[in-house]
Amino acid sequence: MSTAAVELLESTPVHTGVQLPIYMDNHATTALDPRVLEAMLPYMTKIYGNSASRNHQFGWEAEQGVDKAREQIAKLIGATSKEIIFTSGATESNNLAIKGVAEMYREKGNHIITQVTEHKATLDACKRLEKNGYNVTYLPVQADGLVSVDDVAKAITDRTILVSIMYANNEIGTVNPIQAIGKLCHEKGVLFHTDAVQAVGKIPVNVLTDNIDMLSLSGHKVYGPKGVGALYVRRRNPRVQLSAQIDGGGHERGMRSGTLNVPGIVGLGEACELAMNEMESEAKRLSGLRDYMKDKFLNALDYTYVNGNMDHHLPNNLNISFVYVEGESLLMGINDIAVSSGSACTSATLEPSYVLKALGLGDDVAHSSIRFGLGRFNTREEVDYVSDKLIDTVLKLRELSPLYEMVKEGIDLEKVEWTAH
Amino acid sequence: MAYSDKVVDHYENPRNVGTLDKSSDEVGTGLVGAPECGDVMRLQIKVNPTTQVIEDAKFKTFGCGSAIASSSLATEWVKGKTVAEALAISNTEIVKELALPPVKIHCSVLAEDAIRAAIGDWKKKNNLAEQAAPQHDLVGAVN
Repeated sequence: MSTAAVELLESTPVHTGVQLPIYMDNHATTALDPRVLEAMLPYMTKIYGNSASRNHQFGWEAEQGVDKAREQIAKLIGATSKEIIFTSGATESNNLAIKGVAEMYREKGNHIITQVTEHKATLDACKRLEKNGYNVTYLPVQADGLVSVDDVAKAITDRTILVSIMYANNEIGTVNPIQAIGKLCHEKGVLFHTDAVQAVGKIPVNVLTDNIDMLSLSGHKVYGPKGVGALYVRRRNPRVQLSAQIDGGGHERGMRSGTLNVPGIVGLGEACELAMNEMESEAKRLSGLRDYMKDKFLNALDYTYVNGNMDHHLPNNLNISFVYVEGESLLMGINDIAVSSGSACTSATLEPSYVLKALGLGDDVAHSSIRFGLGRFNTREEVDYVSDKLIDTVLKLRELSPLYEMVKEGIDLEKVEWTAH
Repeated sequence: MAYSDKVVDHYENPRNVGTLDKSSDEVGTGLVGAPECGDVMRLQIKVNPTTQVIEDAKFKTFGCGSAIASSSLATEWVKGKTVAEALAISNTEIVKELALPPVKIHCSVLAEDAIRAAIGDWKKKNNLAEQAAPQHDLVGAVN
């Protein structure tokens, strides 16, 4: 081989074709799929009518776009199009479902059941209701992150009007036993809401077979636009009624007033159709990449633990604790990669992740956790780059870690007298 | 949050990483912080028994980038100083040098604690009386 060729070979980076920075935080948000954008564009320029304008073509065309989207969304979750209420996103959907049911069924009861690992949109809506005289049960989760159906059953009283349990968790990717919880709720005559933002479009979700009465979903988690979401509200067996939280022109069957975000809705519809068509192959591809990455970590590093339950898991999620390395310092070493950490230092509150703590993980382990959210646009090359770089950084930081050294020397960290500050 | 160039430099090229023989009488070890708080620093000094000059210093830190930088800087600063001089290093000087934001001030406090704990350990081993902590405002006037 010529010298030039050797030089070229040696100077070739190990990872070719990887464009930096790499986005691997797809539980936070996803990129807009170009095909979704294409579907939306006409509704931002030519078809700008108000879908509520019933007396001219501009309105009709906009309404047609909305109707199509309603069908696309309904089809993805096994609903009918009349059961889809458009909102500004899943936070609003959760608020509408929980507060709307609480107000509407106040005569029937004042007890709501949820779980401690819900998204803040659910937890804070429940906290608001507590201030207004409602009782809320926050169920614990098991060490694997799943809620127990038995615990739900035991918590239901004759005053219970609503159970709100998320489909899949945004941090640890666990998928709850939704079908069984829904069945239980239907048997007990209690309404069942699920925040399904992380599940819809990623795994099969069907409101009929899953016995779901209300379901929140969001555009930007499924490669659609931000600022648009939907709430599925069951129309029969049982017919769910909600007290509107936004008053106005009586849009969306009176449940959510406000001129519809037509381009956003069209985008959400298109995103749902794409997700449905590609779900099976994409879930297989992503879980393959995820497992490949997980195995690389576990083979290369000791004291490394997977959080959640890999048998009931989103295909795109991996949450790992790299014990004895602090999460924020780890993120600093991989600053050309976008992931999330359970570390306190990355949050505004300086508290480590409440989800990880709910699993019974010590604060020290929670501080050491990284969430990977794989997505439609991640490649095998990117997964290699990310895992190699992460492994290098963990090894480097463990060289720096007094805890790792102490553990290697056989010191029991539990027995050390720490000076808490 | 953006880190200052100096924090990044210490994170990428930490100074004086390592371990000294903690059983030696010349070595003082300070271990401060707690794993559940997300910060643990171990700072060690090797003191010349006749001159009381800190001839070597090593650290290991579990914590965020600012915690690593604060302890790395602390080892740089104590080296070559006498024990008395090292005790005069205050967290505010570390904050200034590394341009730490308010949420990271506790990292500098921990580094100061680590210096004190290491010196305290060395004094205890050598049966020397603990010195009263210097006044922080006096130290601040040095800069």
